[in-house]
Amino acid sequence: MKISAFHLMPHRELPDDFEQRYPSVWVTPPWHELADADRVGQYYNWTLDELLYAARLGFDGVCTNEHHQNAYGFMPSPNLMGSVLARGTQGSNVAIVQMGATLPTSNPPIRVAEEYAMLDCISGGRLVAGLPLGSPMDVNYCYGITPMEHRERYREAVALTKKAWTSRELFAWNGRYFQLANVNLWPRPIQQPHPPIWIPGSGSISTFDFAVDNEACYCFLSYSGAKAARSMMQRYWDVVTKKGREANPYRAGFLQLVVVGETDADAEKKYARHVEYFYHKCLHWPVAYGSPPGNQDYRSLEAAVANPVRRVEDTKQLRYRDFVEKGYVIGGSPATVRDRLKQEVVKDLRVGNLMVLLQIGSMPHELALENIDLFARTVLPELRGHWDDEGWVNDWWPATLRAKAAPAALVAGGA
Amino acid sequence: MTAERTIAVWQDRVRMRVLSEGSGPALLFFHGPWGLAWDPFLAALARDFTVIAPEHPGTTPGAPDDIYHVESLWDLVLCYDELLDALGREDAVFVGHSFGAMVAAEVAAAVPRRARRLALIDPLGFWRDSDPITNWMAMDLPEQRRRLFRDPDGEAARRLFGEGEDDATARLRIMWALGAAGKFLWPIPDKGLKKRIHRIKAPTLLVWGKDDQIVPPVYADEFARRLSGARLEVVSGAGHAPQMEQPDAVARLVREFAKA
Repeated sequence: MKISAFHLMPHRELPDDFEQRYPSVWVTPPWHELADADRVGQYYNWTLDELLYAARLGFDGVCTNEHHQNAYGFMPSPNLMGSVLARGTQGSNVAIVQMGATLPTSNPPIRVAEEYAMLDCISGGRLVAGLPLGSPMDVNYCYGITPMEHRERYREAVALTKKAWTSRELFAWNGRYFQLANVNLWPRPIQQPHPPIWIPGSGSISTFDFAVDNEACYCFLSYSGAKAARSMMQRYWDVVTKKGREANPYRAGFLQLVVVGETDADAEKKYARHVEYFYHKCLHWPVAYGSPPGNQDYRSLEAAVANPVRRVEDTKQLRYRDFVEKGYVIGGSPATVRDRLKQEVVKDLRVGNLMVLLQIGSMPHELALENIDLFARTVLPELRGHWDDEGWVNDWWPATLRAKAAPAALVAGGA
Repeated sequence: MTAERTIAVWQDRVRMRVLSEGSGPALLFFHGPWGLAWDPFLAALARDFTVIAPEHPGTTPGAPDDIYHVESLWDLVLCYDELLDALGREDAVFVGHSFGAMVAAEVAAAVPRRARRLALIDPLGFWRDSDPITNWMAMDLPEQRRRLFRDPDGEAARRLFGEGEDDATARLRIMWALGAAGKFLWPIPDKGLKKRIHRIKAPTLLVWGKDDQIVPPVYADEFARRLSGARLEVVSGAGHAPQMEQPDAVARLVREFAKA
């Protein structure tokens, strides 16, 4: 299987009473009260250093994503980060997994097609092209896209992007949202017909269909862990089967928060407060932000109203041990982490492309490096071979990297 | 007895159910973002007028996806123009509430002969940086209810939002209606009426709830200074939906204005 290090690039020093003083970590947090540009420059560089460190220690890929006006993750342009990572991993077998640039907030969306093609060229064909729909906070609230047009706009943009990558000839795009008379991308990606496409989602049924129809890897980016994801991922696999595709585990990606210590107690001692910071402060926003009217189509809304999901757990009431017990976070000794990841994520969800979040919330740079280091040395080697004996091909990984692990010795840059 | 029929416009792609009752001059009612309900206000007007109340595209039961065929405000305006033809009406008194009042004003500006008179109740359509309009769509339904009504526990609030938070039918109806209206309002409900409002020929009445917490009454100035002769009536004991909270008072104002 393939295991990538994911990063959100969070604010690591929000005030202790942040969630009491401010209504939201997203859309409205006041920059001048909460942040300092010099310090934030340090965060960006720590983020890049942490991901490059993971790359040197043998992770298969490094992942960045896009958010706007958000203190828990503020890489408004993940491709800026991706280009540093592509350059910094030159000559290695590490994939640049962009999870990614958000099409509905890019106008025209061929900007993303162009930048991804650049990244593929710079990295020598190591790009994984994540094509997220984008959250309502980012797309509707920060970038002003009408909720009811969000999905339509995204789907048109995905079709345009794929055609822009693959068409041999210049073409005209006469769309509902985008009209371009001369689409003729420079550059084109190295990977043919185009880089592998991953579609992150959060459980919406229509996204399952869309991912399978587009031969994409569906990635559930969850902060609630694998236990909470089981029934949802089962519905995804049902769609895969119903549409006549093989249940290739590489059709699925999953993001898991992980903290590794020498022992279970050591992990709790080192990481508890950073995990709690993440769930108490970083995920602090009004519930209504997540579903502005019109963002869900009628059938999804009907289903949601008829079968209301159990009242979402108030994570502010939970502590480190609760998060670990419920599987939001997989934490503990190397053996605990390895066993739980293997069972709850890899086997139970049937995941071939695993992403792990190892810098969490307020976790300082040195501790993040320690977590990455322990994971890479003690957990990663134990998981890597999973699925090998079943003979699946990871069609959602850059072709030249499929067979290769990333031996540290081959990676440029040294330790 | 309220009659209902469903009319298809826009190359038959957009079905609009139309509720109607009464006799006398035609009065076309454009409902607000929370959807249409036949209520005491419309019943009161039906004593003197033929009240015709169409449902905004997408909010007609069984036709939620029709809204996807209405791609712009211009499409929407023309849908109403076609609807009047289908109803066999050359013109009507236009009465609109909130988002519906904005649409009524847009139709009256685009096709001035259609509107004999125009009554706008807490209309949307303008934006002032100094008095930002609350984005009710960013709030959960209980908070919207508190913002919309002067008395969130009153009869009018209960009629619109249902009895409790767990009223799934009301929730589905309102959330979809908000989305279908929001398509023409997001993210700032100023879609250029200021460029077109000068075309309105109909005498205009402005009605505002004194305690409107969504579109503050200062917005009446934006309309009044662009519509010569427009009269403003402020209704106390009401928020953003005075015709729901004070149906008799607002019906009386509209009736006197429309019959003048």
